[in-house]
Amino acid sequence: MSFTLSVNGALRQVDLPGDVPLLWALRDGLAMTGTKFGCGVAACGACTVLIDGEAVRSCQVPLADATGKITTIEGLGQPGALAPVQVAWVKHQVAQCGYCQSGQIMQAAALLAQIPDPSDQDIDEAMQGNLCRCGTYPRIRAAIHEAAQMIKAG
Amino acid sequence: MASWKTITRRSFIVLGASVVGGAAFGAYKVAEVPANPLVPVPGSTPLNPWVIINADGITVIAPRAEMGQGISTTLAALVSEELDVAWEQVRVLHGPPAQAYYNAGFVERMSNEPDYQLSLRENSHNAILAAVPKIFSLQMTGGSTGAIGGFVQMRLAGAGAREALKAAAARRLGVLPETLKTEGGKVIGEQTFTYAELAAEAVSLVPDDVSLRDPSTWRYVGRAMPRLDMVAKATGTETFGIDIILPGMKFATVRMNPRRGGAMTSFDPAAALALPGVDQVVGLGNGIALIANNTWTAMQAAQLVDVQWGDADYPADTAAMMSRIEAAFTTEPDSRLRDDGDVEVELAKGDVVEAEYRIPFLAHASMEPLNATAWVKPDGAVEVWCGNQAPIMTRDAIAAALRIGSDKVTLHTPVMGGGFGGRTDPVAAVLAARIAAAMPDTPVKLTYSREEDMTQDYYRPAAIARLSGRNENGKATALWGRTAAPSATQNALSRLVGFAPPGPDRATVEGGFDQPYGLQHYRYDGHLAVLTVPLGFWRSVGNSMNAFFLESFIDELAHAAKADPLAFRLDLMRDSHAPSALLLETVRDMSDWNSLKRPGFGRGVAFCYSFGTPVAQVLEVQDTPVGIKLTRAWIACDPGLAMDPGIVEAQMTGAMIYGLSAAVQGAITFADQSVVEQNFPDYEPLRMHTTPRFEVKVLQNNGTFGHIGGVGEPGTPPAAPALANALYDLTGTRARTLPLNQLFGFTS
Repeated sequence: MSFTLSVNGALRQVDLPGDVPLLWALRDGLAMTGTKFGCGVAACGACTVLIDGEAVRSCQVPLADATGKITTIEGLGQPGALAPVQVAWVKHQVAQCGYCQSGQIMQAAALLAQIPDPSDQDIDEAMQGNLCRCGTYPRIRAAIHEAAQMIKAG
Repeated sequence: MASWKTITRRSFIVLGASVVGGAAFGAYKVAEVPANPLVPVPGSTPLNPWVIINADGITVIAPRAEMGQGISTTLAALVSEELDVAWEQVRVLHGPPAQAYYNAGFVERMSNEPDYQLSLRENSHNAILAAVPKIFSLQMTGGSTGAIGGFVQMRLAGAGAREALKAAAARRLGVLPETLKTEGGKVIGEQTFTYAELAAEAVSLVPDDVSLRDPSTWRYVGRAMPRLDMVAKATGTETFGIDIILPGMKFATVRMNPRRGGAMTSFDPAAALALPGVDQVVGLGNGIALIANNTWTAMQAAQLVDVQWGDADYPADTAAMMSRIEAAFTTEPDSRLRDDGDVEVELAKGDVVEAEYRIPFLAHASMEPLNATAWVKPDGAVEVWCGNQAPIMTRDAIAAALRIGSDKVTLHTPVMGGGFGGRTDPVAAVLAARIAAAMPDTPVKLTYSREEDMTQDYYRPAAIARLSGRNENGKATALWGRTAAPSATQNALSRLVGFAPPGPDRATVEGGFDQPYGLQHYRYDGHLAVLTVPLGFWRSVGNSMNAFFLESFIDELAHAAKADPLAFRLDLMRDSHAPSALLLETVRDMSDWNSLKRPGFGRGVAFCYSFGTPVAQVLEVQDTPVGIKLTRAWIACDPGLAMDPGIVEAQMTGAMIYGLSAAVQGAITFADQSVVEQNFPDYEPLRMHTTPRFEVKVLQNNGTFGHIGGVGEPGTPPAAPALANALYDLTGTRARTLPLNQLFGFTS
């Protein structure tokens, strides 16, 4: 079976069965490895992408259902052209191993799009599905607040 | 001062004069200079095993692997300190398996003396032992040793490269090298040359002896540097092992016998092979591998194979295992690494406080599940990509599994999505190579499911401890601790290198015997349980066990003495180790400990000296209508020289969160000889909303100048007892068993 996905503004063809989750279509089908596999059961958030602006766990979305506009970490910003949330991540030196950070950043981007200046409680609620075993939570919180200020300042 | 060549010669002299005698290895092995494993390619000139000059900067070849601890940045800073390059010109890569990348820092972990006593000595105390990691090709990341091992080595690498580049420029200009300056990747004299211009000529001019700069001139070391991997990790462009993509690649997963070590009696692959996209089912003797055109299909198909598993040779369930551990108390102690005063006489005076504690097995649960990619070439050689903590050992294990020479194995070590000790074992690399051998000339990426990662891990041992102690006039006078556990070191090394090291098993008692408490009567014993559950090294190893025992018990003694638990510790520590005592005072002040406790809150303190670094922590908990909440944490640590305070702060915080995650709800249990916990919902770490707020202070008083304590692990051990002590303060209930959610309801 072949499916056409809208990923980061481009149409991409994937030749995999329709029940294969979007996560694996991205990673194994399209060689887009920025989106990570952590648990396969929507418990860790490492695979978070945006579909039509909403943060979803790509390990739970069958390829056949991924009909919206998909944004992955690769589409949010690049090393030479960082999105504000990524600038804040670098400024606060958030990452340790870095494996969960694609998912953290996509979840944070969705939060900031919805609530431009989130409170600590907003951050708790939005980010609690994203695990980090290195324990970078305090810096993630600081970076989200920073990104909010940067976006506000334009 | 020394070059790395003269360092090895000096070790040789010491060894030759006083020690080598009947040792099994020849003295020549020590004197031998490891070959440079790097080969020049156009536009890229290696000046030594650690420094490559490129057209647009330098590449530091890191002898230690990056798994989040920031070591690649610190090692690069050490090189740059001497090499005079702008930070933007620096890149870092992990080196190939090679003896040149031995870890001299492991020396610090090879003594059975308490760490805090070692740190008081001159840093050259172990010139003899310094040769050992080299002889045994100990290219290993672990034991919080990376910065220690690299501290001199990486600066010498930078200085040697710099002097060679200056010599090349001097030759061109017909002047003496001393008349030239280096800055921003250039040699500056009458004429200015970039390093890249000079590199090819500099290769033959690397000096034998260079001096290292005075620390007062340091620009990078001692500062919080922007991590070199940060932009890649914020943009999804870092290549972890799991991200390797090769042309025509296939995707595999494994399903191994959940009764660890047991055989596979039969398997029927028919249903799996019928699934579209499945290429092969490969029998591995004690498990199966599925190869498919995507990882998910391989994982689905793995569940369709009908497998009959043989038994393991350990007890059926956790209760039976704990009985086995308890039985070890009736055996002679394996170790008694501390025996100050006369504990038995003192305890016989009566009024003894006694307690027994129990802790479970723990999994590493790194975010990146175990994985490896292998490609068996038509000539029988194999190329493997696998994030690992021990490249030489991993390479040799692959070679042995495929029955080929080590020279036929090319091993790449990509960065790791967490390790915590869990990537020391070469099992994923070996399995990937065996699976790829079933599909010659096709790259195959093996990815473990989370369930396989969790149930096929090498666990932190479960353990039981019994402690007795006595107070007099409000002060502890005696403590006798006994820890019973299966030995992680013997278990892991038997598996990894084929033999269990002789002598007392330090890891079973570290964190218990070696603490800077000036108790007049202080004894600590280790009892080894016979239990073949696969074990490994879990962040801070034995310290994570014994700090919980000792620090909970010291708290119990303090309460029995009706003393403040922090002041009680301080009294015992002030005269025995001043830098440690200062940390207790620091967390006391940071947390406002002496002010009246807020109603509805509890506070606990704990301390542990491990890997050369003492750490004191205070944790605050709050009783809320929806459960107990971890509110605030204060950490004071003293690694001696803090090479990168930003990374130290991150490691201290992260390590405490790692310890708290396990303390609150971490347990690996067994039923039917198989691990029960399968995935994060069964093995929940802390999350954003359950993590306390942190404040960290990094002091630099410990040891003589140049003492470098580890920073990746020492933040973990005090976490569990700080929490248990805070819960006692809040509720009056003493937790003597982990995890704590068995006894307390936490917010979730």
